[in-house]
Parts: sequence; C-alpha cells; structure tokens
Amino acid sequence: MTQTHSDPSDELQTREPIVSVRHLETTFSTKLGPFRAVNNISYDIYRGETLGIVGESGCGKSVTSFSLMQLIESPGRVSGGQVFLRNRDLLKLSEKEMESVRGGEMAMIFQEPMTALNPVLTIGQQIDEQVLRHKKCSQKEAKARSIEMLSLVGIPSPADRYNAYPHQLSGGMRQRAMIAMALSCDPVFLIADEPTTALDVTIQAQILELIQNLQEKFHMSVQFITHDLGVISEVSDRVLVMYGGQMCETADTQELFNNPRHPYTAALISSRPQFGSKVHRLQTIEGSVPAPHELPKGCPFFNRCPRALAECQHERPPIVNFGPGHDVACFNPL
Amino acid sequence: MLTYILRRIIQTLVVIILLSYVIFTIMALMPGDPVELMISSNPKITPEDVIRLREFYGLDQPAWKRYGNWVSTLAQGDLGYSRTYRVPVTDLLGPRLWNTFVLSMAAMVFSLVVAIPLGIMSALKPGGKLDSFLNFFSFAGISIPSFWLGIMLIIIFAVKLGWFPAGGTQTIGLEGASIWARIFDSTYFLVLPVLSLSIQGIGRFVRFTRSAMMEALRNDFIRTAKAKGLPRSAVLWKHAFRNALIPLITVVALSISSVFSGAILTETVFSYQGVGKLVFDSIIANDFNVAMVSFVISISMVLIMNLVADILYGFADPRISYS
Repeated sequence: MTQTHSDPSDELQTREPIVSVRHLETTFSTKLGPFRAVNNISYDIYRGETLGIVGESGCGKSVTSFSLMQLIESPGRVSGGQVFLRNRDLLKLSEKEMESVRGGEMAMIFQEPMTALNPVLTIGQQIDEQVLRHKKCSQKEAKARSIEMLSLVGIPSPADRYNAYPHQLSGGMRQRAMIAMALSCDPVFLIADEPTTALDVTIQAQILELIQNLQEKFHMSVQFITHDLGVISEVSDRVLVMYGGQMCETADTQELFNNPRHPYTAALISSRPQFGSKVHRLQTIEGSVPAPHELPKGCPFFNRCPRALAECQHERPPIVNFGPGHDVACFNPL
Repeated sequence: MLTYILRRIIQTLVVIILLSYVIFTIMALMPGDPVELMISSNPKITPEDVIRLREFYGLDQPAWKRYGNWVSTLAQGDLGYSRTYRVPVTDLLGPRLWNTFVLSMAAMVFSLVVAIPLGIMSALKPGGKLDSFLNFFSFAGISIPSFWLGIMLIIIFAVKLGWFPAGGTQTIGLEGASIWARIFDSTYFLVLPVLSLSIQGIGRFVRFTRSAMMEALRNDFIRTAKAKGLPRSAVLWKHAFRNALIPLITVVALSISSVFSGAILTETVFSYQGVGKLVFDSIIANDFNVAMVSFVISISMVLIMNLVADILYGFADPRISYS
C-alpha cells in the first residue's frame, strides 16, 4: 500500500511509530487457574502502515485488539506491558481519558456487521452519537458529518440511509456503515477485527478495497486481524503471526510469504490452496491447538512442530533476527 | 399502522362482547334472582306479585334475551341500578373506579421505580453480593401472599406503630378542605395498600429487568458502543436498556391489568373503596348489575393492555412493522 515502505530499515530510523506495543500481557482468571491469552507481544505500526495479525481461532489476535482498546471484560485484564499511541501510554490512562481515545484517535470495526449495530437505533443516530462524543459540534453539524461519511464509504443515497435501521440494510452496506462510523472522528489508528469474515467473497473484496482507499486518504495506521492468509497478503505491509498467545514471526509481507522462518508460518503457508494447481488433499498441520491450560511451558507450537527440539518443551524460544524487521521466536528456525 | 390499530380495536371489542355474554350466562346460572331476595325480605308478597315482578324486570325471559336487553340499555349509557346500594351503577362505579385506578397505578409506578434500577444493578454484577441479596428478596416478594402481607403491614404500621391508618380511603369530613389537603390525605391512606400491592410486582420486575438487561448487555453492539468511546451511562441506558425495554413492555402491560383486578384482595384487607371490593361485595350480595359491569371492566382492562403492549412494541422495536 504505502510505497515508501519498501525499505523498512530506513523507515525505522527516520520515523516514530504511531502505535507501539511492548510486552503486552492479558490474563484471564479461569477455574483452572490464570491463563495468558496474550503473552509478551510487542510490535510497532507506522503512519499509513497496515500490520496484519494472523493466526488460528483462539490464538489471541482478537484479545490483543481488545487489550489495546481496553475493552477486556472480566475475568480478563491487561496484566502487563505498555501500549503507546503517539507516545502516550494508554494503559496508564484513566477510564474517562480512555473513553475519549476510543472512537476518537483509535477506532475499531468488528467482524459481525449484523450484530455490531444496535437494532433499535437508526444508522444516523449511531454515527451522530460518536461524532457528538468526540467533536465539539451541534446536532446539525453531526448529522452533516454522518451523511458525509456515509457517502464517503460508498453508500448510495446517504441522506435516506441516515434514517434507516440496520435491519433495512444488506450485510455489505452495514459493514460500510460500521466503517463510516469508525472513521467519523478522524482516527489515526484503526483496528479491523476480521471485518470481512462474515461477508461473501465479492462483498469482501469491495470492503477490503474500501478500507485500503480510506487508509490512503486519511494516512491511518491499521491493525488488520484475520485468519485468512489471502486477505493478509493483499492488505498488509507487515505481518505478525500469532500462536497460543505468543508471537511466532513478524516480517514484511513479501518476506514472510517468500522466506517463512518459523515452522508454524511455513506450515500455514503450505496449507493454503494454490490457484491453478490441482491437489487431492490440502496440507494440514497435524494435531490441534492445545487448550489454554495445556499449553506447553516452552514454545506453544511444540506438540505440533515437525522441527521440535528437546529445549522447545521447557524453554521459551529466543527471538532471532533475520534481517531488517524479520523476527522469529524459534530454537530451530528454517 | 393505523389500519392495524383499528383492526385490533375491532377484534378487542368483539372479544369483550363474547366474554360478557359468557359471564352473563354464568351469572344467570347462579341460584336465586333479585325477586327471590325480595320475597325473603317481604313476607306479605303474593305469588301473583312474584309473577308480576318477574315480568316487570324481564326475569321470565331466557338468558340470551335478557342479555340483549342488558346490552341495549348499556348502549344507551344506562348501567342499571344497584340493588344493595340503591343508586344507579354509574354513580356507584365512577368514584370506585377512580380509587382503584389511583391505587393500582400508584402501585405500578412505585414498583417500577424501585424495581428497574435494582434489576439493572443486579444485572451489572451477576453473582455479586447485591445480586444474591436481591435474588433472595425478589423470590420472597413473589412468594408472599398479598393478603398476609397486608395484614402484617396493618399490624406493624397501623396497630403497633400507628404511623398509617389501618384502612379506608380518606378521612371523613374533609370535603371542605383545600385540594392539597385532600390529596395529602388520600396519599396517607394509600401508603400501606400500595406497599402491599407492590411487593409482588417489585419481586417480579427485579427478576425480569435483570434477565432482560443481562440479555441486552451480551449483544455485540454493546461492545461497539463502548468502542465508540461512549460513557458508561450512555452504553447502559441508550443501548442496553433501550433493548431490554422490548421484553419489559409485555410484562408491564400485562401486570397493569392483573394489578387492577388483583387489587381485590388488597382492597378487601384495607377496606379500600375500590372496584375490587365492590365486585366482591356485589357477588356476595347477588347485586347483579354491579357485578356484571365490574367484570366487563376487568376483562376490558386485560384486553386493552394487551393492545397497548402490541402498539408500544411497534415504537420500541423498529424491526416490528404493522403494515
């Protein structure tokens, strides 16, 4: 997306990151003891850049997003680390201060456009209330802003849709309305939590294109969460691969797909169907994700890893650097 | 929407007419008629007089014909004459209806004002201390028979402490006083009956608000509302409660009618001059005209409240359309 990002080492030296996550830890206290859904995750996102976070269900990618928003519900809580948004540590803010960050500087769009909008309020009311919350403006100006946003996301006859209820729109239109709402207060950072998973493929492509266009227009930083490698390769500049709440590998998108170093990343890429090639069976990763309380002490991928060593079971793998921005947490990388 | 409401009103009227016929026939099956009571109170009456009286009152006609007569006089605004009170039913019922209306509405409003905030607080921390405490008292409230509670309230607050009157509707001889003095006086008499009538409602509404609110808070759009940076109060009221309102409407609307007819026990215990007590007395005294009209009013209340609930749904939930 951002052409300037072809040389990440240059980028790292010259620009401050918009979002900087350091050693983030989120813990859920369960009956079987505390369980770390996010375990020591660190990453940076620069202006105009998209970081894709990819992983299987339950790997902690959504929990990471909610931790950044500080919307983790009890019995979970962010138990450690720092989250900087434009050099301000969000974890140190009071709830009141955090409220003005949410939906303002930092916005989020969700997976299910069907249920993420309130069925008893009109689209207009729902966008207005966010605009009124973050911008000093009158009801009239808020309405004008809402209609402007609706037309910006490509909703036909936005003035009419302003008065529509969510059930009167199609799934794709609802997701567009969601995006209009999220972007209504000019966020610098957008978290997209599987925004296209619930949509069919053609609508999915339209929504991805829309997000990319708007990102360029507003120079937003985006954290894009998905389990779909195809989507990731299309939208993100850099990718973070998560497994069992931990980071496996992070690299520029091209680099990650061409030279995966972590056995899990490699396995994910090779289990993807290839366009044009006919195979009888897709490759799979043997075994299944261990339950939270069964995670090995060392590398979470240990029990499924073809390259596992003895130390993988008990020790956490060190982070190994393979060139600019390419980090891998593994004892025995490819 | 308008055609829907009109259609429902017509349906409601038909049901009221059918039910009033059923009640009329059941009442006709009751042993004894007004003339028999006259016989017992006047030993000098002759059999010729009895036949004449029966003809005069139309009591020799079959039930369906008598029903027709009753309806046609009703349509002219004549509700008949109360045999026991010796006044037209209209004069008797008017103030009684008003009293019951005041009692049941006061009880309803009171229980909602108490129960909704408690139910919401309960839903915010399910399993917490407050929730367990409220759970216990809600079930106790639902289970306590209202007549027993009424008697207990009289014993404690009227007999032992003497804070409130043990019964009645207003102080006698206050007719000349200012309007505020009279309102204050009626309120004073209302406290114990309203309390006794509300306890069950409070228990039921706390439970119901709690579950409706918990259901609403589980929705994805609550997370969206929080992600928009809305303050907690806006998330709670504008988003969660607004959705919890939809199931609440049914329960409240149906409760209004049941409070109205359920007031009979409370009114009897507190000798409160309402319709409930009137119905009770009129059945005991075989006061046909009064009982009949009161029944029809009770039935109409239930049906009208159902209708009101259905119409309110349309306003509370935009997904329901009546076209």
